[in-house]
Amino acid sequence: MNRNSLGREIPDGFYPYDGSEPAQARRPIAMKATPKAPIFLHTISDVFDALDVKDGMTFSFHHHLREGDKVLNLVMAQAAVYGLKDLTIAPSSIFPCHQPLVPLLDSGVVTGIVTNYMNGPVADAVTAGKLQKPAVMDTHGGRARAIESGDLPIDVAFLAVPRVDAFGNGTGRFGKSACGSLGYLDPDLHYAKKVVFVTDERVDELIKPDLDGRYVDYVVTIDSIGDRAGIVSGTTRITKEPVGLKIARDAAAVIDGVGLLKAGFSMQTGAGGTSLAVVADIRKLMIERGIRARFASGGITAQYVEMLEAGLVGALKDVQDFDLDAVESLSRNPKHEAITASQYGNPRYRPAPLVDDLDFVVLGATEIDLDFNVNVTTDSEGKIIGGSGGHADTAHGAKVCVVVTNLVKARLPIIMEKVTTVTTPGSDIDVLVTERGIAVHPRRTDLFDRLRGSGLHILPIRELMDLAHAITGIPVRPTQTGRIVALIRYRDGSIIDVVRTKRP
Amino acid sequence: MRTTLLFIPGNHPAMLQNADVFGADGIILDLEDAVAATEKDAARALVGEYLKSWKLDTPELLVRVNGLPSGWFEADLEAIACDRLSAIVYPKAGVEELYEVDRILSEVETRHHLNHPIGIIPIIESAQGVVETDDISYLPRLKGMLLGGEDLSADMEISRTREGAELAYPRARLSFACKAAGIDAIDTPFADVNDAEGLLADARTARSLGFTGKAVIHPNQITTIQQAFCPDPKEIFWARRVIAAAADAAKKHQGAFSLDGKMIDKPVIKRAEGILLRAGITDRATADEPK
Repeated sequence: MNRNSLGREIPDGFYPYDGSEPAQARRPIAMKATPKAPIFLHTISDVFDALDVKDGMTFSFHHHLREGDKVLNLVMAQAAVYGLKDLTIAPSSIFPCHQPLVPLLDSGVVTGIVTNYMNGPVADAVTAGKLQKPAVMDTHGGRARAIESGDLPIDVAFLAVPRVDAFGNGTGRFGKSACGSLGYLDPDLHYAKKVVFVTDERVDELIKPDLDGRYVDYVVTIDSIGDRAGIVSGTTRITKEPVGLKIARDAAAVIDGVGLLKAGFSMQTGAGGTSLAVVADIRKLMIERGIRARFASGGITAQYVEMLEAGLVGALKDVQDFDLDAVESLSRNPKHEAITASQYGNPRYRPAPLVDDLDFVVLGATEIDLDFNVNVTTDSEGKIIGGSGGHADTAHGAKVCVVVTNLVKARLPIIMEKVTTVTTPGSDIDVLVTERGIAVHPRRTDLFDRLRGSGLHILPIRELMDLAHAITGIPVRPTQTGRIVALIRYRDGSIIDVVRTKRP
Repeated sequence: MRTTLLFIPGNHPAMLQNADVFGADGIILDLEDAVAATEKDAARALVGEYLKSWKLDTPELLVRVNGLPSGWFEADLEAIACDRLSAIVYPKAGVEELYEVDRILSEVETRHHLNHPIGIIPIIESAQGVVETDDISYLPRLKGMLLGGEDLSADMEISRTREGAELAYPRARLSFACKAAGIDAIDTPFADVNDAEGLLADARTARSLGFTGKAVIHPNQITTIQQAFCPDPKEIFWARRVIAAAADAAKKHQGAFSLDGKMIDKPVIKRAEGILLRAGITDRATADEPK
């Protein structure tokens, strides 16, 4: 065992995290273009027959249909029928709808998982140690880096595509299962050894396809790739909850107070109720002062679409869509641009990923510690409940990273001496906003100076933790001493932390 | 200063936990209408424990108790009596009952060895209460009076409206009585928690009638009420100039003087001082004109 620079134990054979700045250098492998036109098939079974599938392969998927996705389950059910074993799956995220995977973990069909986020029964099974190999949990940008650099070799990419034409070109903007931007599948399309488009709508020709058919080996048309209503799986309404609104008001005041709200700024926020409330407050200030933002990025919601249409935001840089208003906007508004996972957050993307151009990002936290390290991967008992997604990417890239969270959730203090699992290093977190006060990372004396005299309640993070303890007492935290069930891979490929089972 | 007094149901631990974070001047922990009869015991224990064991600083803490006729009043007092309790908020108040409340409070204070007396903020929410406002205002222990518009309207068999014209008389009567007695006049809550515009107008009306604050039934109402009660930047600018000009005039031994062509005398200076006081401004130097 080694220890990385955050003091976390990392198993031998992995590259330990050593700071968020020097990304591990590795040149991209060559892209692969298919020499001939794709072959059109009728069933997933036909595809398996056509492909030389073997035990031990890696199949990848994307999560743009989110909780409505059917493709992953269909393909893996076929893999089980085929009697395949020891497969690694690499979906960009795993949701509760992927519950049918759980028995495949038990039976050894699936023995490895590489993903950016997992929540629900599969995450529970991984936490319980049902996956033979440790799962690898990437960031959104880190997954693109891993695929393009060869760290994550993909044998077959099974990619749900809402509309495909006769040349194998595809788009997510249109079709009965239109889900908008398909940003996360871009590295799979270009770097997987074999690419299969799974669609439920075939047309003769797409005028402006998003996905280039030259990279596609097979196209299979099935009845339904999923339920697009399932993309609305997060909170997409502004919170009415008073604590959340107070946190949002203070977060907007911080962003304003440090001087970020000026003409041409850029921003990203999550899709949670509090983050949406921050955007609503920022929007009010923008209207009052006649300020226009250059762009907003990330997962796009109706709220950002409204701001684009009101002329408050110059462009939307869309890597995925969180509601159907966003999907519809992408299909008709040229200022609403789809971007790829690499363009969005790959630390090796040149000249620079979009996250590096963000003035600020507003993120959540399941836990945050006295070094400002953030956990959005596990709960305090070490159960996997999420993952980085774009958290670590945007936190590193943005000039100011603001974390918003309740100080106490479900009777547990959110600030602790050491987080259960590090998802995002504290060196990339600048400000923490809670309902009982705001903590600024000691490294950011510039922000602290700007907020002095703002009337905001700013105090050291340890004092905020003490306030929480005055309410909850000091909780006894369980320790995880068992075998490693997941490796948390930072965006540069180094291992920032591990998740263990509770007991050996 | 009791510009905002936030009602928090006494049987809701999660709300109690965050009651102090919203910037209200006082928190009214409610044991009365917000709590069903079957929940009274639990709420009483929870509120009592909160008052006695909450470790963080809080704004002023008050408790709306159940009234004497309910039969729960004395049990409520026994559970909540402590030095952290600033005052009880007493429902459907009348003069005779408040004398009895005063007597019981004295006994409780002695029994619990309290270091300071428990105040009373009666809720004027019946026609009888409105008629007795002048007498009530001079009773001992009073820190203010709170108008209860909903119960009052029910008692009067009239409807509440968004504009609140039906409350013009009791509002005026209560605010005058409080001013005369030197206690706070606290306006009735605004019931529609989703109507910020209506709340702002309602709070401004209350302020214009001389109320010093307003009861709050949802934390999201607090900033709107503060906005209505806090003088706006133009008023503050004007007040600062009046005070500065008054200081100059005093040096010249002038009783009255002119500012922007208008006569400034003692009542105007007093009003300017009141504006700065309400804005919490102690530094009276003239600032730049607001844009």
